Amino acid sequence: MNISVIGAGVAGLCVATELASRGASIQLFDTHGEIAAHACSWWAGGMLAPFCESETAPEIVTRLGQASADWWAAQGVNVTRNGSLIVALGRDTRELDQFARRTTDHAMLNEEQLGALEPDLQGRFSRALYFANEAHLAPREALQVLTRNLKSHGVEVQTTPAVAAATTIDCRGLSARDALKDLRGVKGEMLLLKCADINLSRPIRLVHPRIPIYLVPRGDGVFMLGATQIESADRTRATVRSILELLSAAYALHPAFGEAEILEIGVDARPAFPNNVPRIIRRENTIYANGLFRHGFLLAPALARQVAALAIDGGKPELMHENHS
Amino acid sequence: MAKFYGIELNSPLMLGTSQYPSPAILEEAFKRSGASVATVSLRREAGNSKMGGDFWALIQSLNVKVLPNTAGCYSIKEAVTTAQMARELFNTSWIKLEVIGHSDTLQPDPFQLVEAARILVDDGFKVFPYTTEDVVVAERLLRAGCEVLMPWGAPIGTGLGLTNIYGLRTLRAQFPDVPMVIDAGIGLPSHASMAMEMGFDAVLINTAVAKAGDPPAMAEAFAKAIAAGRLARNADPMEPRDMASASTPVIGKAFLS
Repeated sequence: MNISVIGAGVAGLCVATELASRGASIQLFDTHGEIAAHACSWWAGGMLAPFCESETAPEIVTRLGQASADWWAAQGVNVTRNGSLIVALGRDTRELDQFARRTTDHAMLNEEQLGALEPDLQGRFSRALYFANEAHLAPREALQVLTRNLKSHGVEVQTTPAVAAATTIDCRGLSARDALKDLRGVKGEMLLLKCADINLSRPIRLVHPRIPIYLVPRGDGVFMLGATQIESADRTRATVRSILELLSAAYALHPAFGEAEILEIGVDARPAFPNNVPRIIRRENTIYANGLFRHGFLLAPALARQVAALAIDGGKPELMHENHS
Repeated sequence: MAKFYGIELNSPLMLGTSQYPSPAILEEAFKRSGASVATVSLRREAGNSKMGGDFWALIQSLNVKVLPNTAGCYSIKEAVTTAQMARELFNTSWIKLEVIGHSDTLQPDPFQLVEAARILVDDGFKVFPYTTEDVVVAERLLRAGCEVLMPWGAPIGTGLGLTNIYGLRTLRAQFPDVPMVIDAGIGLPSHASMAMEMGFDAVLINTAVAKAGDPPAMAEAFAKAIAAGRLARNADPMEPRDMASASTPVIGKAFLS
């Protein structure tokens, strides 16, 4: 079976990987070439946190997201399965109880238990919510692993205009707004920090009434600090206010971040549908797979599996969306 | 029902549009609330460009009156510029004027607020000033040309309810003919109901709905509480009494056992 996949970000790479593993003959196109800063998945946090996400995300996100850590590990990606932690500053600890009420698969830790997991947070928080069954990965490495795996199957990213095949799978993210009217951009800003004084083994989320943040350790003292979520398709520049807020929250989490170096400031827009759940849309010979929102690494494996099943076996996958104009 | 700059609203519920889990949930919350007005914040979503166009399209599809606000402005200049941008973008002269004076409590700065209101009224805006329950500030705002007041219940986003009942009652009594919207601090439908029972004309809610576990259900709960409060107000509630008075007389009742 001859299939063209357009877009080599997290969606396209996962779809191509699933199709290749089922023996399809594929061509992968991206006018920007291999994965780099042009793709919004380049700037992702890389948290595989289906249970934390259930605080605001619908049930399907939590259910489909639970398989993602195993999927990434099976591709040879280094997945760290140390769980994740939620903390709140002194006067906001009720936010922690609310977060606990609205999620599952967690345990409330006291100060000592938190210190045992993350010694550098010892004494800074009286309680923390621990999601033991969550994981994280380094997004850029993970995308590069998929790109390499595909090359070893003879699939190179082609920068020439896409060639129509028996089936075309459109994974262009926000660029597909020309065809998907309901798709919108949700702006996100993030930073990469280097802070040798702090060691963390798992993502930490700080719940806060105004500025919720998360920190994802990337190893070697590097941390990803994210992320804003603004209803705008602008992906040109980060604002002072956003960066100020993110950095202030990181500083409140641990004052040692005051001495951190800023390695990168990132900005992009996440493609999302109105319910913030990804969709598969079929129009004649084209299948659109899009709208991963802030769940790229969490949901792209499930999305890719469903797209591959549809392209090869037909049927009606759960994420299929009909009557789409 | 009170008129807001000559406009009669078909529901006394005004609903904010930020912090919802998704636009689909926002839309559902509006449907179930029956809200007549959507408040939108300009500064954050639009930035310097019109890249937030998808979001505006969604707001417009809600088919309610749009009340843009100047949330997050700390100076007269910022607030006036934001109001002018909003007028252009939404094609409305309505503006909810916020001039924040304190970053922790987000308390309005009454001095700059009055001055900004004067500038905007002179420029043809229909100003809805976000203020405290202070009657002196209220009087100055009215003198500056505001025809509506938006006193807070409690600081923005706290959900503490009506924290100064005495002050709000005094404000209501001082200006019985000025349309007033309780804005900010409402956390529960019972708070909103109480505001209506006290004779306020409308209630503006955002966080209490958007941050509820089930925003559409909470939106409906607010709609019902507000309707109950308004109905009660119009039904002329009894005055509280010190003397107990049985609703059924007991003297002369047959003794059965």
